[in-house]
Amino acid sequence: MKPTLPLTARAALLSFILFGATVLVWQLAIESSTGTAPNMDPELAALLGPQAKGQSAFPAPMAIFDELVRHVTDPFYDAGPNDKGIGIQLAYSIGRVALGFGAAALVAIPFGFVIGMSPLFYKALDPFFQLLKPISPLAWMPLALYTIKDSNSSAIFVIFICSLWPMLINTAFGVGAVRREYLNVAKTLELGPFRTAWKVILPAAAPTIVTGMRISIGIAWLVIVAAEMLVGGTGIGYFVWNEWNNLSITNVIAAILFIGFIGMVLDQLMGRVQAAVAYAD
Amino acid sequence: MRNPLISVENLAKRFPEPSGKGELTVFDDIWFTIEEGEFVCIIGHSGCGKSTILNALAGLDEASSGVIIIDGQAISGPSLDRAVIFQGHALMPWMSALENIRLAVTSRFPEWSKAQVQDQCEKYLRMVHLDGAHDKKPAQLSGGMKQRVGIARALAIEPQILLMDEPFSALDALTRGSLQDELMGICKSTKQTTFMITHDVDEALLLADKILLMTNGPNARVAEIVVNTLPENRSRDSLHKHEQYYPLRNHLIEFLVTRSRELASEAEGALDGRQTKVVRLDETKPETVTNSEPAPLRAVNE
Repeated sequence: MKPTLPLTARAALLSFILFGATVLVWQLAIESSTGTAPNMDPELAALLGPQAKGQSAFPAPMAIFDELVRHVTDPFYDAGPNDKGIGIQLAYSIGRVALGFGAAALVAIPFGFVIGMSPLFYKALDPFFQLLKPISPLAWMPLALYTIKDSNSSAIFVIFICSLWPMLINTAFGVGAVRREYLNVAKTLELGPFRTAWKVILPAAAPTIVTGMRISIGIAWLVIVAAEMLVGGTGIGYFVWNEWNNLSITNVIAAILFIGFIGMVLDQLMGRVQAAVAYAD
Repeated sequence: MRNPLISVENLAKRFPEPSGKGELTVFDDIWFTIEEGEFVCIIGHSGCGKSTILNALAGLDEASSGVIIIDGQAISGPSLDRAVIFQGHALMPWMSALENIRLAVTSRFPEWSKAQVQDQCEKYLRMVHLDGAHDKKPAQLSGGMKQRVGIARALAIEPQILLMDEPFSALDALTRGSLQDELMGICKSTKQTTFMITHDVDEALLLADKILLMTNGPNARVAEIVVNTLPENRSRDSLHKHEQYYPLRNHLIEFLVTRSRELASEAEGALDGRQTKVVRLDETKPETVTNSEPAPLRAVNE
């Protein structure tokens, strides 16, 4: 049989089948794990819930779906420090990422520009970048807590640090790699340093710079979850840890799905920017 | 005697040897002049430093010694008076054809209104027959069209001198031919002073008033200056019918094939840059010109 559907439609169909199969296997695995109830103290049994009957505490797909619906329909409720809607928690995390990432962009892009323009700076600073780049951003956390003395600002600082390197290195590289002939055109047109930077170097290096920004925002979203687990209080990372302490695996899984979704949206947004500054050579 | 528009005096380019010992001389003792309205081509094999001479004229590269005097002033860097058409079109790929030209026009005439700039850009796009391609990005244009935009960008700033580095070498023969015709028309009608590098003997005979022949590098020199004695109103179709065509063409080919090599291997001092031989094939005796003695104020900065 020849395939008659377009590729996108066939891919969508396959995605749907894979999703359905995964959910089905998951559901069957949960249903089959009905063991015999061990003889135990009724109070302990009450505490353990389904596990006392030999069942898994791992939720079935439908339970997670119900939980997702509950979160989506009421995302912004606030019932005290340990019980806030997932919308509020995600907003805290996105806010921290936006602040840390924004501050990093404000530092990395102009600074990267200068480094890229000067082969001397590029060579002199490269060893520092190579040393600082592989450090897990969370390793900076104690230092940040000690110096800033504020957990929220420390989380933002950690995001700043982890967003900084990809943008800085990509900007410096992109600016340094602008083709000689474009610079020669700028020279023969007597453009002057500022117009050359604005009209020639920035648009020429923009695709590389935005690629750095896309990498940065991806890393920032990975790191914010871990940072919020450490600093606590608010944010999706704290939410995950809090639900683990509550032994609510359903909520942990729901949160994981939300984290993935927001990460995807952030990446797609940067992808749009990337497409806007791209040019065919 | 009227001073020429461009006077290249004792130009030389040397690089330190990669080994660190001594210097490699690319070319030395280069003297030539270009009159206002003249079209001059330079021919020579790769490595003789043609591009370096052109870049020095553009102000993009500095010679190791010697001066270039334009309009009585030694040049020191690029200027909007000298437009360059690059070998690769060197258009900004993120700008449309019109924006590429606009960048040049606004740099040249910063005091112009938006409408004046727009008129100028459109006028020159029309001149190179690209009326319909205003908003196209370079990637959407063919090789010939890109180079047309490059030509329009260079001419739109109304430069005193046009410098071209093998502008048509990347194009197919048909496109090259039509662009040569257009360029010749434009340069003739505007009396544009032009300096051009080419590998193409026919291109030089079609376009140039005089042709500089360079010996092989390293240590390249201008061996002779061939005056193009073909009639002013020559065209690509009838070029080969003229009685001077084959003698001139053979002379140039012979130079490229054998003499450029032989002259390069001759003892130093065999060629005197100040006394470059001028060849006119319609006369029996070749004459020599003595480049004017540099005046004390024009001391060669060695």
